[in-house]
Amino acid sequence: MSILVDANTKLICQGLTGSAGSFHARQCAEYGTQLVAGVTPGKGGQEVDGVPVYDSVAEAREKHQANATMIFVPAPFAGAAVEEAAEAGVELIVCITEGIPQRDMMLARKKALECGTTLIGPNCPGVITSGECKIGIMPGYIHQKGRVGVVSRSGTLTYEAVWQTTQLDLGQSTCVGIGGDPVHGLGFIDVLELFQQDEQTEGCILIGEIGGSEEERTAQWIQDNFDKPVAAFIAGRTAPPGRRMGHAGAIVSGSSGGAESKVAALEAAGVKVCSSPADLGNTIKGLLSERA
Amino acid sequence: MELHEYQAKNLFAKAGMRTQKGVVIDDAAQCDSALAELSLPIVVKAQVHAGGRGKAGAIKFSQTADEVRTHATNILGMTLKTKQTGNAGLTVHRVLLAQACDIASELYVSVLTDRETGQPVLIASRGGGMDIEETAASDPDAILKLQLDPGVGIPDDESRRVHAFWCPDNAFPEQETLTLLSALYRTYFDNDASMVEINPVAVTPEGELVAIDAKMSVDDNARFRHPEWDAFELDEEQDAREREAAQYGLSYIKVGEGSIGCMVNGAGLAMATMDVITLFDARPANFLDVGGGATAENVTAAFRILAGDPDVKAILVNIFGGIMRCDVIAEGVLAALRSVELDVPLIVRLEGTNVEEGRRMIAESGLKCQTASDLTEAARLAAEASRGGC
Repeated sequence: MSILVDANTKLICQGLTGSAGSFHARQCAEYGTQLVAGVTPGKGGQEVDGVPVYDSVAEAREKHQANATMIFVPAPFAGAAVEEAAEAGVELIVCITEGIPQRDMMLARKKALECGTTLIGPNCPGVITSGECKIGIMPGYIHQKGRVGVVSRSGTLTYEAVWQTTQLDLGQSTCVGIGGDPVHGLGFIDVLELFQQDEQTEGCILIGEIGGSEEERTAQWIQDNFDKPVAAFIAGRTAPPGRRMGHAGAIVSGSSGGAESKVAALEAAGVKVCSSPADLGNTIKGLLSERA
Repeated sequence: MELHEYQAKNLFAKAGMRTQKGVVIDDAAQCDSALAELSLPIVVKAQVHAGGRGKAGAIKFSQTADEVRTHATNILGMTLKTKQTGNAGLTVHRVLLAQACDIASELYVSVLTDRETGQPVLIASRGGGMDIEETAASDPDAILKLQLDPGVGIPDDESRRVHAFWCPDNAFPEQETLTLLSALYRTYFDNDASMVEINPVAVTPEGELVAIDAKMSVDDNARFRHPEWDAFELDEEQDAREREAAQYGLSYIKVGEGSIGCMVNGAGLAMATMDVITLFDARPANFLDVGGGATAENVTAAFRILAGDPDVKAILVNIFGGIMRCDVIAEGVLAALRSVELDVPLIVRLEGTNVEEGRRMIAESGLKCQTASDLTEAARLAAEASRGGC
């Protein structure tokens, strides 16, 4: 088992004809993902690497029974692309695009909720079930099928953690990048709920960062509901307050959003918080062997 | 991006809100022409991106024209240090001369993007002029929170709820509240703001609501549809390197007292790299995320910015390629070193998409650099190098 995606997932790529879309869609297909169609308005009828392109998500979904979409549409149009996919009834939307205005995402997120669609992202690396299905921009070769679930606000930090679990031969069940924007789809708690139910997932790595209070709320939820071991890292302990650290969501403002309160909340919930992301692999390995 | 009080007030006024009449000046010599447009008394207010101005002496009430000139002269050019500015403080480049208004009582209102719900939230309080976080902690009943639908805004019946909360004794007309809230939401939505705050809203003895302060931040992601924002950024307030970085689509923040220049892909990894450097008793000189869509030209610019920082004693390139390809990074680094004279040690760590190609390019170039196989080793080498240890 795994969560969210598996070998049966049929994927559309919105923005397949762009340079980032075509490059990464090819990587997904090479990984083994069933990439069934692309969508670019006005380019219906073309093909990219033998994958047919359609004008609309509805058409691509209907012709190929697709149940997931990966969005590489440029930021000014990405919010509308999410809404189109939700309205077309795609079950899972993975929005890779970064730099989408919050206003557009608020409207798109609401649409996804209304349509009963699961949204991941935006501004995220995507989701991968190791050895089965890769939807996103993460390098495939660092993954290995295994026991650890990974959920993260940061893309490249996720790769660090994944690479360590592969080198330690623990492997991963599913890795979910929830994205670095303040307005986003699935959150830490949503993903942990899925990992809780997943037999393949024996423990989790959680990677948070400064800004907002999602980590604190997640800590409380873990304490009340989650019975698998969790190793965590919070990026931005040394970030100066009042400065936005790249991600739209990563800012310490006033008394909220600092790393210290997140670390304290997670530790109080029994999560092992690492001071360096380089320790995540060994830490989860230790926690798993304590359980064994 | 944060707006200044006078910039936000202009947007509020355009949306139909009552604000104080005011003129912004950047030189005390402009006081006389400003005074010709305003009537006394006047409040002289420093325009800086920080709260706590009043306590720091950067807001002064003036009864006479002479007082206006004196206060403007004193405040312009002063370095403001509050708990929000950090130790370096902020230099005041502009002051707002605002026509004072009579105040019977003060209220608080804001609309902001609530990260928890992914929707806008309106926060109203009967206690204006106070720190809203303190009010929320000490007297939660004095605060009203309304979740809003972003596509709808504040429906009239919700505005009436706010009015009943603010004004159970009907000290001012309901229409005042409706007009103010409608203008507030329109300002928030139309300008792609992430936060608009009026603290305080003055209730005048005549029963009018007037915005006498304004805080506003707008969402940088929406910049492409707001060319008018260029005018909000004042050159004298920007760090030259941060400005250059922004032109190349790089996310760069200078950090004081550090000596390791960092070039990283991904905001999370960039922050974590800074954190790990600190674990080795060294300090990062900057945050720099080259982003996912960087070209070799962007990487070259990033390198030039780091190499041009006199605080930088070593440069650490840490790339875990996903959407960013290692060969593009390598190409950028090599191109940069053809045009930038580098006299500090360079440490490179590459992993991820197209890593073999990237490593091969660096190895074959004969570039003088140390390579590291993981983040810990990279940070350790950079920390040692920054202390002159190699």
